[in-house]
Amino acid sequence: MSSQVPADLRYTKSHEWVRIAGDTATVGITDHAQHELTDVVFVELPAIGRKVKAGEAVAVVESVKTASDIYSPVSGEIIAVNDAVVQDPALTNSAPYAAGHFFQVRLSAPAEVDSLLTPADYAKQVGA
Amino acid sequence: MSLKLTPLHSAHQKLGGKLIEFGGWEMPVQYSSIVDEHLCVRRAAGIFDICHMGEVLVTGPGAEGLLNETLTNDVRRLAVGDGQYSQMCTESGGTVDDLYVYRIAPMEYLLIINASRIDVDVAWLQERICGSPHRSGVIFEDASARLGAVAIQGPRVASFIDLLCAGPSLAGAAVDRASSLKKNQIGAWDRGGQRIWVARTGYTGEDGFEVVAPASIIEEIWTSTLAAGHSACIQPIGLGARDTLRTEVCYPLYGHELDENTSPIEAGLGFFVSFDKGDFVGRAALLDQKTNGVKKKSAAFKMAEKSAPPRPGYAIFAGGEKVGDVASGTQSPSLSAGIGMGYVPPAIAVPGTKIEIEVRGRRFAAEIVKKPIYRKA
Repeated sequence: MSSQVPADLRYTKSHEWVRIAGDTATVGITDHAQHELTDVVFVELPAIGRKVKAGEAVAVVESVKTASDIYSPVSGEIIAVNDAVVQDPALTNSAPYAAGHFFQVRLSAPAEVDSLLTPADYAKQVGA
Repeated sequence: MSLKLTPLHSAHQKLGGKLIEFGGWEMPVQYSSIVDEHLCVRRAAGIFDICHMGEVLVTGPGAEGLLNETLTNDVRRLAVGDGQYSQMCTESGGTVDDLYVYRIAPMEYLLIINASRIDVDVAWLQERICGSPHRSGVIFEDASARLGAVAIQGPRVASFIDLLCAGPSLAGAAVDRASSLKKNQIGAWDRGGQRIWVARTGYTGEDGFEVVAPASIIEEIWTSTLAAGHSACIQPIGLGARDTLRTEVCYPLYGHELDENTSPIEAGLGFFVSFDKGDFVGRAALLDQKTNGVKKKSAAFKMAEKSAPPRPGYAIFAGGEKVGDVASGTQSPSLSAGIGMGYVPPAIAVPGTKIEIEVRGRRFAAEIVKKPIYRKA
């Protein structure tokens, strides 16, 4: 079963993706992750303005079966959260890289991005 | 310790089932998705691997007396071919296991016990037999390894069950065909020269059947059932949906609603305790609880606001104080709301009582509701 690993994103071992635009990172969970979770029924996102460190648990996604922590791949300040996915958690399953994204971070240490997994690295990890 | 595998393990792998550890067994938690499988059982048909469950045969002229001394329900109420739900309790009223007892012949009983309790139950029953006046008249067999089982559940199952066991029953309840079995009845059929038992029972709140057969032919039965139920849209169902289905209808799961510190009276299962049949293990303690009341009682609840799904172990609050813990909790696929069961003081366990469930330090509004939480429209 192959999952999508878009070429324009960076990834974490814990299955978050990051899209960089200027000093802003948009974060969500990967197609592989949503497939493993299935039936996402609840998403809890961080407060806007919260300062986060790379690797810090900042959100929770719950499927029928389990609750999973979501880690911020980068350090910075939460500047936006996706209310649509809070209202309709199933967007995580149907559009993990678009309407189902989670939050945006203003980068405080942009160099961190270089240490994130490349699409090729992540594809290898999940066998995509 | 390596995990135990059921005779259907390779069938699950072929179907793409996601395998997890459950009580020492490697079992499928889901094939497509829990919600999809759950709704399939509510609307059409599903088949479950329940080979991990234990089967015990108690036979002989002393079987009835032994079982009535050991179990809470009254096996004398069973005609040949009838089954009943029952508990096995300690002297202090705690639950050793909850089980189904079928009277498959005048002096022969089949007990279906929980997978996680097979070793405990077998030791418990053997000790009871040794101490019983009926011991010389009882033959005991733990048939758990020799027998396997599948559950076939859902509103459309009765339309194809007769394809799996042709003609009238050969033992147990005397019926012209399997679909004529009444709820809780069991009958025997022949399949390729082997005897299989078919009972109209289940753990989902839907109509359905459970089939107990030699482990060697279980995969053939599984495959034939998927073929026979194809036009009824049958799907294989994992443990995830098994849990959401039984939670919606408030069936207890051993280790969650029941354990050796919890009695059937506290669990709300007093209907299955027969005080008028004579003495049995735990009778005095259970009668005391029934007469003088209990300190904790099982209650069902439903979330009253959008929240994360309640999970086992979450704290239950009422009036600002912690009053209990969630025993079972999940997102109900039928109701699209968080639901669960937990133990609270009897004064709280009243439908309509406002409670709160604490999720990661935050409390969400919920309400005690009447069991079952989900009822078919």
